[in-house]
Amino acid sequence: MIKCKTSKEIGGMGHSKKRKEDARFIQGKGNYVDDVKLPGMLYMDIVRSPYAYAKIKNIDATKALEIPGVIAVVTGKDLEKYNLHWMPTLMSDTQMVLPTDTVMYQAQEVAAVIATDRYIARDGKEAVMVDYEPMDPVMDPFEALNPDAPVLRSDKEGKTDNHIWNWKVGDKEKTEEIFSNADVVVKQQMHIPRIHVASIETCGCVASYDKVENHLTMYMTTQAPHAIRTVIALVAGHVGLTEEKIRVISPDIGGGFGGKVPVYPGYVIAIAVSFLTGAPIKWIEDRSENLQADSFARDYHITAEMAGTSDGKIQATRFKVLADHGYTDASANPSKFPTGLFSIGTGSYDYGAAYMEADAVYTNKPPGGVAYRCSFRVTEAVHAIERMTDMFARKVGKDPAQLRMENFIKKEDFPWASPTGWSYDSGDYHAGLQKAMDAIGYDDLRKEQLELRKEGKFLGIGISTFTEVVGAGPAQDFDILGIKMFDSAEIRVHPTGKAIARFGTKSQGQGHETTYAQIIAEELGIPMEHIQIEEGDTDTAPYGLGTYASRSTPTAGAAAAMAARKLRDKAKKIAAFLMEVSEEDLDWEPGKFFVKGAPEKSKTIQELIFAAYTNHPPGMEGGFEAVHYYDPPNLTFPSGAYICVAEVDAETCDIKVRRFVAIDDCGNIINPMIVQGQVHGGLTQGIAPAMYEELIYDKAGNILNGTFMDYLVPTAVESPSWETGHTITPAPHHPIGAKGVGESPTVGAPPAIVNAIVDAVSHLGIKHLEIPVTPFKLYKELKAVGYFNETA
Amino acid sequence: MAIDIKLKVNGTEHSATVEPRTLLVHLIRENLSMTGTHIGCDTSSCGACTVLIDGKSAKSCTILAVQANGKEITTVEGMATAEGLHPLQEGFHLNHALHCGFCTPGMMLRAVELLEKNPNPTEEEIRWGIAGNLCRCTGYNNIVKAIQWASAKMQDKELPSTEPEFV
Ligand code: FES
Ligand code: FES
Repeated sequence: MIKCKTSKEIGGMGHSKKRKEDARFIQGKGNYVDDVKLPGMLYMDIVRSPYAYAKIKNIDATKALEIPGVIAVVTGKDLEKYNLHWMPTLMSDTQMVLPTDTVMYQAQEVAAVIATDRYIARDGKEAVMVDYEPMDPVMDPFEALNPDAPVLRSDKEGKTDNHIWNWKVGDKEKTEEIFSNADVVVKQQMHIPRIHVASIETCGCVASYDKVENHLTMYMTTQAPHAIRTVIALVAGHVGLTEEKIRVISPDIGGGFGGKVPVYPGYVIAIAVSFLTGAPIKWIEDRSENLQADSFARDYHITAEMAGTSDGKIQATRFKVLADHGYTDASANPSKFPTGLFSIGTGSYDYGAAYMEADAVYTNKPPGGVAYRCSFRVTEAVHAIERMTDMFARKVGKDPAQLRMENFIKKEDFPWASPTGWSYDSGDYHAGLQKAMDAIGYDDLRKEQLELRKEGKFLGIGISTFTEVVGAGPAQDFDILGIKMFDSAEIRVHPTGKAIARFGTKSQGQGHETTYAQIIAEELGIPMEHIQIEEGDTDTAPYGLGTYASRSTPTAGAAAAMAARKLRDKAKKIAAFLMEVSEEDLDWEPGKFFVKGAPEKSKTIQELIFAAYTNHPPGMEGGFEAVHYYDPPNLTFPSGAYICVAEVDAETCDIKVRRFVAIDDCGNIINPMIVQGQVHGGLTQGIAPAMYEELIYDKAGNILNGTFMDYLVPTAVESPSWETGHTITPAPHHPIGAKGVGESPTVGAPPAIVNAIVDAVSHLGIKHLEIPVTPFKLYKELKAVGYFNETA
Repeated sequence: MAIDIKLKVNGTEHSATVEPRTLLVHLIRENLSMTGTHIGCDTSSCGACTVLIDGKSAKSCTILAVQANGKEITTVEGMATAEGLHPLQEGFHLNHALHCGFCTPGMMLRAVELLEKNPNPTEEEIRWGIAGNLCRCTGYNNIVKAIQWASAKMQDKELPSTEPEFV
């Protein structure tokens, strides 16, 4: 049971408060971007390239413009006149808004059609004739590095190859020495394929430029409204659209998972057209456009190695990565971290040496490297370390749970300096794994597995004990386009003791309207029901870097607590004044200050707030408001112990997850119901890439599954009934000891599932399976080790 | 070419003039300005657009407005009555069966028909019953719980606990 400091009525931390935001969503009163309707609004649709790599010889819009209701067709050449045809990515790379001569991936934006209604815009799109001269695309990242590969980014002066960057971390020599002397070395090449977040709401916007006021209001699906405002000002400042003239409104968002962090060309074209016409422009992409053109996650080719002793002590790891970024580096990483926080890949284990190196390349795929409920490459790193740990255990003949227990960093060794430079804040890995093993009945399952094997049935048990790294981040190291990654909270308390608080983050379903209110309730003792939370309007909210990478609770949640504490300090001064005692004589219990030793002498927080407006001490500023910008001293390191039980059909290779137990440690818990909900959702986005999802391209650059018909988002049937639980190791440096949880399950689940499937068939000689592990893939692997009799 | 149609939406008669190609979902969202019905795909795969047509759940992105001529449509805006929220709306709220809320209207309307046909569905039956509706946020556990809760409520049975089992 979680101990709560506040009463149920106050509803501070630890209470499973029902969500405040639900009322509008269950009654169809949410306000998503496609619900925004403005007078005189025009609709935009986008002509897209059928080729992955081609010269544009001509764009003929005559037929389209003849359609009644088609107002304009905009091309790259039109935008070039205003120098708006290129834009920066969040990684300071460049991306075309609309091309002037070459297209670089299939489904790339080629021209925009503006019309009076969305059907006519689509008619216009079909009628635009584009003459292409196709070229041979580069689809394989390894081939992209061949000296004779065509240089894809010839737009960049002096570029002579397709290499983007090289990154390395760790002690190379020490690692090499351990590897060359080690008893045991395991090595595996693995691919973490391209996947897409596919939030059920696609991306879109309504750009509304007011020519008279020279003011842009931009309603858009963005997880980071302030950062977007700054980016728009950087892109369009030279045409007079400066930052004070831009208001970004992020209305209700139908799921984000990182896919709504980047600036997509559609947004910029809509702004440009609204700027030129003065009419509001609505652009809503359809699902296929969303899957085919918006930024993707993953696409890491990893060579992973682990060295250790024959009795099962891990000594060193070495990872080498080739990152396929498509035609531009559109990641949403902090700028000093081109490969995100991949260096967390040393995992939860106590050893002293690691070396990691990554190279990124351009190919003719859409911009890659963004997010899938984890943007900072933690998923890739965790997959590698957790697969290698299992392979190592198998090689030395140890049970994978036992081997993990023997290699875990011990609870008392935190803060722990990782070989790649992190300072893990806290954790209790042994407790987490033990709890998961007890919940699932680990020892009995191992017995059952052996029994079933005798009958020719395959059962596998897979473990993943991961360490996450979230809450970016300390201003010293973390910035995006130079903007430091702090976050903010502003609390205004009205005279009657009710409050509104505003944040620079933006919920996409995480429940901020409830959890932020609980944090403030915890600190100030005002009932959470009396605290209204607002986000997503850059005109009213304080500056912040937005919601992604599980950073809202570690940063903005901390800011909320700090701002509330400023107010509590003020309330204390008022209490001392009103009760004519000194501040040292006062004690706090949630909701009131009382005189030490005389608890009947007290003032409620509501009385003190009222006094701040009606009877405040001389010399004190009136009112009851506070703002705080929180710069975290360290990242937070949530962890988890996941166990998956998988059944493999010996004939059909069908794979079924029988049970899945997830024990998460995200530090102190604000709202258990919401944390559990995040874990459920994240686990489903963990089984998805492990067993179902992958974006597949052919050699000609065609995407083979770019619709919801063939990109397999799990339904309720594929999703197991998740079993969840927690351990609590507070983050020592965080004001409320919380760590963040949204990403953890998506990061931790895939290796548990793959480890379980491999475990089910390991006795047949299978050592590794690439994700997504499909029945057909498994069939081929089993056939390759001679399991299926050819003649049968 | 424009066609005149008449239909009842959430109990109110509406008439509209639509093109033959206008989709029902656009009629509802744009002509009638009821935006609780959502669009999540272009291949009839996600169910965000689910409404009831004469009591049967249907994907309104795959039906022409003219096909709804003379029919009775229920959207999420019509679920609550003077007595209060529909048991499914209540169940979704109490069991935390929604995060972003985008799939929620379609999911609940699908569940209305499911419970009508099968008032006591098993977990397995619920999962198959909502397999045409995608949710990217919740992982479905709590949607199953919410539908079970509504099933109990609609039959005046003892209500299952809505406290999360998260220990
Ligand atoms: S919008 Fe996806 S099924 Fe109708
Ligand atoms: S709650 Fe977001 S898609 Fe279901």
